[in-house]
Amino acid sequence: MLKISLDKLDKLFEAVSASQTLYIPVDREDGAAEYKKYESGMKLSSALNTVRSAKDFFFPQTENLVDFKMEGKNIEVIDVREESEDFVIFGVRACDARSFTILDKVFLCEPVDSYYKNRRDHGTVVTMACTRPAETCFCGTFGIDAAAPEGDAACYSDGESLFIEAHNEKGQKFIDSVASLFEDGDTAKLEAVREKTREVLKKLPLANLTTDNFGGDKLNEYFNSDKWGELSESCLGCGTCTFVCPTCQCYDIKDFNTGHGIKRFRCWDSCMYSDFTKMAHGNPRLTQLERFRQRFMHKLVYFPANNNGEFGCVGCGRCLSKCPISMNIVKVMKALEVK
Amino acid sequence: MQVNENKEFEPLIVAFCCNWCSYAGADLSGTNRLNYPTNVKIIRVPCSCRVNPMFILRAFQRGADGVILCGCHPGDCHYTSGNYFTRRRMTLLFSMLDFLGIERDRTRVEWVSAAEGAKFAATMNEFTEAVKKLGPNRRLEDLRCRKQ
Amino acid sequence: MQEAMINRAKQLLADGTVNRVIGWKRGEFAYDITPAVFDSADELDSDFVFDDFTAANVSKYLVKESKKEGKVLAFLKPCDTYSFNQLVKEHRVVRENVYIIGIPGGPKLDAEKIKAKGITGILGVKNENYTLKIDTVYGEETMPFYEAVLDKCASCKSKKHVVYDELMGDEGDVLDSDRFDMVEKLENMTAQERYDFWREQLSKCIRCNACRNVCPACTCEKCVFDNPASGVENKAPADSFEENMFHIIRAFHVAGRCTDCGECSRVCPQNIPLHLLNRKFIKDINELYGNYQAGEDTTSRAPLNDYRQDDCEAGIVHERGVE
Repeated sequence: MLKISLDKLDKLFEAVSASQTLYIPVDREDGAAEYKKYESGMKLSSALNTVRSAKDFFFPQTENLVDFKMEGKNIEVIDVREESEDFVIFGVRACDARSFTILDKVFLCEPVDSYYKNRRDHGTVVTMACTRPAETCFCGTFGIDAAAPEGDAACYSDGESLFIEAHNEKGQKFIDSVASLFEDGDTAKLEAVREKTREVLKKLPLANLTTDNFGGDKLNEYFNSDKWGELSESCLGCGTCTFVCPTCQCYDIKDFNTGHGIKRFRCWDSCMYSDFTKMAHGNPRLTQLERFRQRFMHKLVYFPANNNGEFGCVGCGRCLSKCPISMNIVKVMKALEVK
Repeated sequence: MQVNENKEFEPLIVAFCCNWCSYAGADLSGTNRLNYPTNVKIIRVPCSCRVNPMFILRAFQRGADGVILCGCHPGDCHYTSGNYFTRRRMTLLFSMLDFLGIERDRTRVEWVSAAEGAKFAATMNEFTEAVKKLGPNRRLEDLRCRKQ
Repeated sequence: MQEAMINRAKQLLADGTVNRVIGWKRGEFAYDITPAVFDSADELDSDFVFDDFTAANVSKYLVKESKKEGKVLAFLKPCDTYSFNQLVKEHRVVRENVYIIGIPGGPKLDAEKIKAKGITGILGVKNENYTLKIDTVYGEETMPFYEAVLDKCASCKSKKHVVYDELMGDEGDVLDSDRFDMVEKLENMTAQERYDFWREQLSKCIRCNACRNVCPACTCEKCVFDNPASGVENKAPADSFEENMFHIIRAFHVAGRCTDCGECSRVCPQNIPLHLLNRKFIKDINELYGNYQAGEDTTSRAPLNDYRQDDCEAGIVHERGVE
């Protein structure tokens, strides 16, 4: 496998950012990590994950869809779409990498979401294998190997060097563009590191969580479960879980009157909000119990029902650490599960 | 924000005026043929107390470079005490805007009675000049609303 | 303490004083407790927890709980009693339907602060003489207790319970805290510096509304920001203006009612120091209209529902602090 010494990472970033926009996770002053556009001097964060997921790059929190201008009785429709520039996201974890597969199922099925596809086509995802998973991690539950992430190209670190391998053409193109910085490397030590990571993954408190008893065929058992009341009782109805989630894909489309025209934009929506899916007749889910149930039923039952058994969760653990009242998909699965 | 023929910056000023004193004061300055800048757009409200912080913020959002709130003198409120509440509210709001680093000269409260046409015109002249000096509102603007 | 609380709760359930208990429920890990209502002694025995991580303020839940059939037992920490009292004052809770046991307050711990030290894979946290012994999948780690204390507890304003039916443990006092230090520091910066500071902070906002929804003072049935007819509803900050507006209005709407419980900053997934906005209002109110502590009593008039004829003019903003 090709490798580069870890202390030469900035050279790699410089080379990549010279030809296209590069995003890497960096540490913020408050200790949390976030993706930032690379500028000279930035250091790759060693944090396990960013607070906001990487879905922002393909499905941003807000985006302008179309503009309208009124002149007299005529409405002019202005297409604001532009061809996206090529960009690279570096350091995506295995869980987030899988989330793109899930988002693809939603946005790239017919009718294709051209806004999403535009960015997806131009983005190269370079993943980074985990070496220090946290107690909140449960990607293994969804068949993800944190030590062998997906993505267009994947990186592994053995503590001294960064190894890289391509998974597809896009990834190969990326590696070719910076190949001069890499040299052939011996992966013996890397294999040991990966083995160690897998050992840790097995010891994590959520390692035994399985999806065996969930799926598209479990609709009635779980929808009518009497556990929802207790589970949702202390839910604040905020959108933290949905907004930090790498796979939540619900959005709302709104018009904004600028005073001299209309901007139609789309923004993330949260099923936890009282006006989620509000229609002319009102709202189909009137209580927090129903809204709470919607979120977990979607991830554990509806999504697999429509997507050949694939679950709408990647086990990144963001909601576990960020929910203000620490209610999350793991607690729901454990409470709900009928064996 | 507007730009006049000489490409000089012309601020947009929103003036909330209470129906009973300040709006009548504005009227009086007109009948007395006193000049005040056309930059000032008056919004009449039943009482200065009707103005909540959202009004001020939304005026900035939609392109105002300065917002001034005019009401009856303390003690003269048509509803007895409305302007006393206004005074506390706006003091705290302006202090918060200042805390967020928004230029403090973009906001003002002035008491103008129905008999003070001259004061109204003088206040508007002065305030418009002050905002003009600050330049366009950039810190509390909504880019989507900016006229191209 | 936890055991004494469970026992007392069981007694009150058994003698019919209350028919349920609101408290904190054990989670998957050492720190992820969830506020919960317990109906039976069995539930209390298996799930009730009171430890260094039970920071969540349960008073807001009492808005709903106190309107249900029968009395509910609530364990309130000193800061929680201020929030509860403020709700009583605003007629948002039915006081008669709540049996309050005042319990000792923090300092409580912030799991995020432990994680920020690079400690991960946390399996258990023990406090031994104010040193945290943290058991992780990577081996045991230690850190000083006080480095993991929640910000809101680090600047605690009072150890006194302002409302209760009975008390467990000793009653404390109102403290001299340094809670306005950071506000003052900001006030002494230039406008440009303040602007840059807040732009950096507020641009992190993802508009999850956690700060608003957790706030015990935010009890509107329908928030203006959730109302599509209000003209300002924005589900996402599409422009920096909307970030500013949401946070100014959120803080303003609780000005004079905010007890400074610090929940807004505790729950913020992006670590925005939202409490500074609230504290700015509290500090201004104290300086301009006389010292006022929301929630301290249920009879005084709130500063924004009150006035004096000789109040300062709004122009005072031009005379204070640094421009």
